[in-house]
Amino acid sequence: MSASPIAAPAARPLLEVEGLAKYFATGGGLLKQASPRLRAVDGVSFSLARGETLCLVGESGCGKSTVGKLILRLMEPSAGVIRIDGVDVTLAQGEELRAYRKRVQMIFQDPFASLNPRLKAATIVGEPLENYGLFSARERNEKVTDLFARVGLRPEAAEKFPFEFSGGQRQRIGIARALALSPDLIVADEPVSALDVSVQAQVLNLLVDLRDALGLAYLFISHDLGVVEHIAHRVAVMYLGRIVEIGGKERIFDAPRHPYTQALMAAAPVADPHAKRERIVLEGDVPSPLDPPKGCAFHPRCPYAFDRCRVETPVLTPRDGGHFAACHLDEA
Amino acid sequence: MTEASAFSARELAATAGTGPRRRRFIKRHASLVAGAVILAIFVALALAAPYLPGDPLTMTPARRLSPPGSGYFLGTDALGRDVLARTIHGARVSLLVGFLVAAASVAIGLALGLIAGSIRKADAPLMRLMDALMAIPAILLAIALVSLTRASVTTVVIAITIPEVPRVVRLVRSVVLGVREQPFVEAAIAGGARLPKIILRHILPSTIPPLIVQATYICASAILVEATLSFLGAGSPPEIPSWGNMIASSRLYLARAPWTIFCPGLALALVVLAVNLLGDGLRDRLDPRLARRM
Repeated sequence: MSASPIAAPAARPLLEVEGLAKYFATGGGLLKQASPRLRAVDGVSFSLARGETLCLVGESGCGKSTVGKLILRLMEPSAGVIRIDGVDVTLAQGEELRAYRKRVQMIFQDPFASLNPRLKAATIVGEPLENYGLFSARERNEKVTDLFARVGLRPEAAEKFPFEFSGGQRQRIGIARALALSPDLIVADEPVSALDVSVQAQVLNLLVDLRDALGLAYLFISHDLGVVEHIAHRVAVMYLGRIVEIGGKERIFDAPRHPYTQALMAAAPVADPHAKRERIVLEGDVPSPLDPPKGCAFHPRCPYAFDRCRVETPVLTPRDGGHFAACHLDEA
Repeated sequence: MTEASAFSARELAATAGTGPRRRRFIKRHASLVAGAVILAIFVALALAAPYLPGDPLTMTPARRLSPPGSGYFLGTDALGRDVLARTIHGARVSLLVGFLVAAASVAIGLALGLIAGSIRKADAPLMRLMDALMAIPAILLAIALVSLTRASVTTVVIAITIPEVPRVVRLVRSVVLGVREQPFVEAAIAGGARLPKIILRHILPSTIPPLIVQATYICASAILVEATLSFLGAGSPPEIPSWGNMIASSRLYLARAPWTIFCPGLALALVVLAVNLLGDGLRDRLDPRLARRM
């Protein structure tokens, strides 16, 4: 936690994302009229330094997983730019794209569906090395054994098939696979949300240890604020495909500026049953991304909304304490 | 999929076991075992046919239309040929055509299905072509091909395979489209795997179990179509005994010598039943959703 930057650090960031967007065509066909586009991600920008963990939080359906997949280029972005070390990889194809993926790996949410049930654990973990033709077969085996040790799996596990493991062990296999290529950045899409609470803590600690030992940067996608508080350096809050607030963890948790962030924080359970806290209960549901509200997307549910919110879309502006929020309420 | 692998591991243990375990396996998979046994008997007879006593082509006019038991186990036909020998030799054509058609349509259909499922640009044109092929009736195509070339097993196999291929392509494509969205395929892409490897290592294995089942159904229907073609005279040439042409040449003597038509007819029904039973048994074994219900 030595580097706990409030805003993006001054040195050139590892990953820069600018105006990233993903629209899905809905309905429409040869004879039907195309329906409105679904704006899953709508203009997301952030940057990430080496060794830094940025947590992306928000309700389900707010587009946080889509951001992860766009960064991995598992989906094609509709707009925006992705840069790694200043190099634009938004349109990279073929070998250029493979070279990029070597530096950015992913840990998946579902430890059951993300491992090929027909392959042995060692094959799964060694496959990225094989894909890039790194090392001879024997060196690869050694490397895989190292990786197993690194994530806390016994060497015997290498010869087993995924169905022989528990959820937590499977997620460790997924982590070992993500580490195989020694990436600079790992996109972790809800890596512990499918696990039992006791196992969650172990896997989370493993991720923190690996980060500190290997200098990894994480883009950590989660809806669980307890998990986020444990691992984040910075936090970005998403609502309906946009980032509404981004800043250092302490600022976001202790002094959130955006009403949505405040509501999220108020909804998170607190360990002390006698703790007095302000309750902000949001009314209504998240609006459909097919037809987002005009102005600020949050205004129909916002307790403080006023006329300007219904007309003008707020942009991220700096707030005291060095973080950014997109709200008209206390704009400087 | 988890269940499938766990299941097969247990299954291996069961088949390797002795007495009671084997009995339990037979009980649970009655149709699989029955189909396999009947089919194995026919395959063995077909393979051994040239070495068995009794010649399917020798004509003994003096003993034409002899009833079963009179020196010939299943009697003779209108030309005095041994019905048992002809029925056994007829199995060769039927099984050969069934096997070749199943193998050819699975091989071609698998390749095209993988392409249609994984290469977006190829999908629509390929599938429309398949729709067109599917509209061709096997029997008409065979008659047309035979009249253009000449009657042979190859012609029959080609004619039956062409309309079967689209069914396999559709099956494979649907499996590919399902598996392609699985997180483990995304994980492989993220891990830098190239397209051929993703298809061969991560997608292809999922298509095998439904394909095996489909292959048995194709085999059964090919055997029937071959018999129909031979019956119509568009199948294997008359000098090769086949169940279809045996039934065709015997139908005039149905009242006088029913054995000449019952033997090939019963053999045909048994083989098709056996292949279908085998297919049903395999489907129950290989489809985890059905297996769980049992």
